Amino acid sequence: MTEWGLAALVVWPLLWGALTLVMPVRWAALPGVLGGVFFGTWVLTWAPQSVALGGWLPPLGLSWRLDGVSQFMIALVAWVGGLSSLYAWWDRSLPSAFWGLWLGVWAAMNALLLTADVFHFYVTLELLSVAAVALVALTPGPAATRAAFRYLLVSLTGSMLFLLGVALLYGRYGVLDMLLLRDAMQGDGITALALAVMTLGLMAKAAVFPLHGWLPQAHAKAQTVVSAVLSALVIKAGLYGLLRLWLDLFAPLTSQPDSQAGWVLALLGTVAIFWGGYQAFRTPALKPLVAWSTVAQVGVLVLALALMVEATTRDSDGLTETLWRGWVWLVAAHALAKAGWFLAAGTVQKRAGETRLAGLGVALQRSPLSVFAMALAVVSLAGLPLSMGFLGKWWLLSLAWELQAWLWLAVSLLGSLLTLAYGWRVLNLGLSTGHGAEPLTPQAPLQTVPTRLDAVALILSALSVLGALGGYWYWEAGA
Amino acid sequence: MNEVVYLYGALGVVLIGFYGLARAGHVLQQLLAVNVMGAGVFMLLLALATRHTPADAVPQALVLTGIVVAISTLALGLALIRRLAVEARQAEKRSDQEALHD
Repeated sequence: MTEWGLAALVVWPLLWGALTLVMPVRWAALPGVLGGVFFGTWVLTWAPQSVALGGWLPPLGLSWRLDGVSQFMIALVAWVGGLSSLYAWWDRSLPSAFWGLWLGVWAAMNALLLTADVFHFYVTLELLSVAAVALVALTPGPAATRAAFRYLLVSLTGSMLFLLGVALLYGRYGVLDMLLLRDAMQGDGITALALAVMTLGLMAKAAVFPLHGWLPQAHAKAQTVVSAVLSALVIKAGLYGLLRLWLDLFAPLTSQPDSQAGWVLALLGTVAIFWGGYQAFRTPALKPLVAWSTVAQVGVLVLALALMVEATTRDSDGLTETLWRGWVWLVAAHALAKAGWFLAAGTVQKRAGETRLAGLGVALQRSPLSVFAMALAVVSLAGLPLSMGFLGKWWLLSLAWELQAWLWLAVSLLGSLLTLAYGWRVLNLGLSTGHGAEPLTPQAPLQTVPTRLDAVALILSALSVLGALGGYWYWEAGA
Repeated sequence: MNEVVYLYGALGVVLIGFYGLARAGHVLQQLLAVNVMGAGVFMLLLALATRHTPADAVPQALVLTGIVVAISTLALGLALIRRLAVEARQAEKRSDQEALHD
């Protein structure tokens, strides 16, 4: 029974998405979105399992695997995706091609989260990139086309590197199934080379420093709802791949006590936190600010991965429940907050007909719901107490504490401070009365944008704070 | 012996693609460089397949799938390049008209 449910997770959105491309009416997308949310929520109740597609067993056949990580990630995609779809439904400026592409992204994400075969993982990565690049290109104008093309090039290069790693692994071990590969894994040169090129490829897709150059343009130039799903969900596909590689597939290699490779990840994450934060602090426009913030937050997630790898080298338990739950929690907090922030930022920009922060003052003050949404998003991203982000940061800090990694502990605290600093640049404008350092200049009359768009952004941001109520796993795990 | 030539040759093609991507000045060159990289990876898979007699069928299936994926991404890239050209032409026309009005 659940076997059909797993298939529906991928086939259902794909089917309705294809239908909207043939029949360009947005009503055709409605069953796709509703079904996606339904199946994505239902998946939480299913038992972890492996399914051999079409009855063909590995090593020849493809298998899907549902475990705790993929369950929660699929549910996250369903919820953030569902709320973003609501925004898109009410946003009249979107072309109808959006729905087909967005449902394609959704199906590709679900397939990517389910697959247990490295080659199939490559195919889902490509599916995801093609749909995501086309989503960026929905914005008219040469700037968006250039951003989309650059995104495509980086994405393709990343996929090719990943495929090179797959070829090396197949040449060395003769299997493609992740579980079979893990059991056969040896610590030799070819395997290490495969890990290196696959990591590099996924880092390009996840915009990990120094391969982040394409992200600020692509995410800032895209349509509002596209920026939200790209930043909240599509980036996470690459990070999820890194988790699978470093803590699952290559675990026999990375968890050796003398393995120092994790520190390279930690270092890249650290630089990303500071560079992304610094750029977010000095960029003159609102959406690029939010996009640079994504670069910094990807740094936090990579730093967390590095600490997890380090934890597995110290004891032999492997990927324990506390570890993966903490990381998925951090990912969820970021996805909800970033989707809320991007939607609110886009709504305010639409209202003002202007992108530079200096010209947004009046529009910000006329959008109380959006300003509230941005404030809540900043609270959760910075990890202020009682928010969902706080529990994620707390988990990260206690992990660093246990490992006695004082430097990384300091880095994640400073990262939070930077988040507050650039977040405050926006909130300051929304709350000031015009006597401050940045006076409210008179500008073109505001556009009418329905308030319900602000409300959707607020719901997402509020969830990124209130989600903390679901944090009982942390105490149950006895951490 | 042959096998080693093909294996290293394949890695060489991947590196040539990389070099091309780094040096390319035109968008079309960039797109082609990525495709050269892809050709290298496919060649590696095929070289691996010939190590068995009869040749291993799995890498051949992978290459077939890979070619389908590569064709679609190439098409998307070409469509974007076309749009870039059209938009550049429109911008040029607009600036010409403005020059006439001045």
